[in-house]
Amino acid sequence: MSLKHDVRATGAILPTRRTDDLRGEIGMVEKPRGRWLPFSPWHFVLMPAAIIMLVPLLWVVVTSLETLAQTQHFPPILWPGSFQWSNYPRAWSSVPFGTWFLNTIIVTVAVVISNLLFCSLAAYGFARIRFFGKTVAYFFLLATLMIPIQVVLIPTFLIVKQMHLIDTLGALIVPNLANVFGIFLLTQFFRTLPIELEEAARIDGASRLKVLFRIVLPLSLPALATLAVIQFLWTWNDFLWPLVTIFNDSHFTLQLGLMNFQGSHVNDTNLLMAGNVMSMLPMLILFIAAQRYFVRGIATQGLKG
Amino acid sequence: MTDVVFDHVTKVYPGPALAVEDLSLEVGDGEFLILVGPSGCGKTTALRMVAGLEKISDGTISVGDQVINDVPPKDRDIAMVFQNYALYPHMTVEKNLGFALRQRKTPKVELDQRVHSMAELLGLEELMKRRPGQLSGGQRQRVAMGRALVREPKVFLLDEPLSNLDAKLRVQMRAELKRLHQRLEITTIYVTHDQVEAMTLGDRIAVMSAGRLQQLGAPQDVYDHPANVFVAGFIGSPPMNLLQGVVRDGHVEAGDLTFARAGLQGGEVVVGIRPEGLRPVGEADPGPGLAVKVDVVEPLGDEVLVHGSVAARDAGVQIEPEEATLLVQTSDRAAMTVRLEPTMRPSEGSTLHLHVDPKTVHLFDASTGAAI
Repeated sequence: MSLKHDVRATGAILPTRRTDDLRGEIGMVEKPRGRWLPFSPWHFVLMPAAIIMLVPLLWVVVTSLETLAQTQHFPPILWPGSFQWSNYPRAWSSVPFGTWFLNTIIVTVAVVISNLLFCSLAAYGFARIRFFGKTVAYFFLLATLMIPIQVVLIPTFLIVKQMHLIDTLGALIVPNLANVFGIFLLTQFFRTLPIELEEAARIDGASRLKVLFRIVLPLSLPALATLAVIQFLWTWNDFLWPLVTIFNDSHFTLQLGLMNFQGSHVNDTNLLMAGNVMSMLPMLILFIAAQRYFVRGIATQGLKG
Repeated sequence: MTDVVFDHVTKVYPGPALAVEDLSLEVGDGEFLILVGPSGCGKTTALRMVAGLEKISDGTISVGDQVINDVPPKDRDIAMVFQNYALYPHMTVEKNLGFALRQRKTPKVELDQRVHSMAELLGLEELMKRRPGQLSGGQRQRVAMGRALVREPKVFLLDEPLSNLDAKLRVQMRAELKRLHQRLEITTIYVTHDQVEAMTLGDRIAVMSAGRLQQLGAPQDVYDHPANVFVAGFIGSPPMNLLQGVVRDGHVEAGDLTFARAGLQGGEVVVGIRPEGLRPVGEADPGPGLAVKVDVVEPLGDEVLVHGSVAARDAGVQIEPEEATLLVQTSDRAAMTVRLEPTMRPSEGSTLHLHVDPKTVHLFDASTGAAI
């Protein structure tokens, strides 16, 4: 083999790209691209799509800064000229916004934490422990994903009522302590982890639970973060279930409370939107903070490379 | 005493597939035993049963005086090095080394002291704060060994630990492993398919094939006296040459090789000749011989390997399928590998006349494969 051939085989003389440009692209085959644009032509499709997605959000923000008269004007006013920043303190003080905020945080945090814990435990069982009827149990569990919430609303309500939890925050927490989607998500992720790591830990003296908490969960941060974000979103935005189970406005969540601005006799759209923006903020922050967990897992780094 | 005893151990996977069949074997206290065989022969399954990662279908395994069939892995006091190392990716080298000790609630001072002396022994001090992803193959290998050895286990299990290393590093780690064992004297079971590792590392080797133990003995004994055709063909690199032959009137005939061997009954046999058992015919060297037609010559520096063929007879011998691949033979030619002095360089296509010392020829029963 000639020296020239050798060098080419190692990729050392790739003409235009340095080797560190290639990080994260191992295994990807990319078609060489003409350089007539500094970006992919797909951007011409994606950019308008992104703008269309953003319009409703921007409209919410704009409306929250308008006067009531401006919100009722037709055609809609997209630039109010002067911003009514006072809408925000008004929305906050005209209703028990702080209480609702706190209620929502309590419910969401409790549900997210319990889901992370219980879904992990169940998923580990399904992913790794052999037991009688596992496949059938998993099948039926997944089948419940197909049942719409409207079907189970009344039975769940009756169960919660028997537990004397109606019109308490417990009614919002207890039925949601674990959910099937979370079990499914984590089971599939746990199955992709190299089993040798768990075997090594068991030989090293760890019990099943320790293997789960010391080895499996730390390696599953991307999946756990995904589950946490999704669960946070669902719980934070849930409207139907709180509407059915909560009557006293001191136990309202934000989504339920925002309804106060929009009734048969009042329709303070600008205050409603101000409340909406305030209720969206925690989720935006969460998304920005947790974004990196979606990018890449670290699970395979301990194996041969 | 921490000897390991396999007593009629059988492992059947659902399917059913028989992975290990009636394995009986004793590993002495402090012994270094090699389990060797081709892939799928059951050697790794046997090891995993000792570790507690596979249930034992039948029979018992004892460590010391205790039967461990139903003891969970964490209570067996056994350490294992995996083929792919299985280092915990989210922990530093230091945390990896100390993991087992932390599980056993070892006091912090003792833990630190043991982790650091193990790191010193294996030359890992500089790497303590790194994670496995930042280590080279050889370093990961060392961490994996350190993690297993740091708690001074009763039994040390290794599952092809060197197979992911490059050739040079493998030779180096092989010597290091041997030194380590001489120093620590822990009962060790080592699984490999590499018969160089098998020959060099072990006090004894256990050759397995198709779930069964074929032969157990000191490496040199197994090499010199293979119990059957499988062992003869598996141990040794390059492997033993095997020819179909026949015994007639106290003489063994195989192709154009004929020699006398007393005390044999007539019938079909397999004739085995080690590549180094063939010598070029000298002036004062009459006797039985073979004419090898040279196909390929491989000069290796310290020796020359010649691959060629010899005349053979098709005796229509029936041999079990797994052993049939060992007999590379057409109707009238059989493959033959010869090891020569480095000064010799036969030309390809020529014919080499070689002397065979009848005393070094192995004979196997053609129907059972067992050594005669």
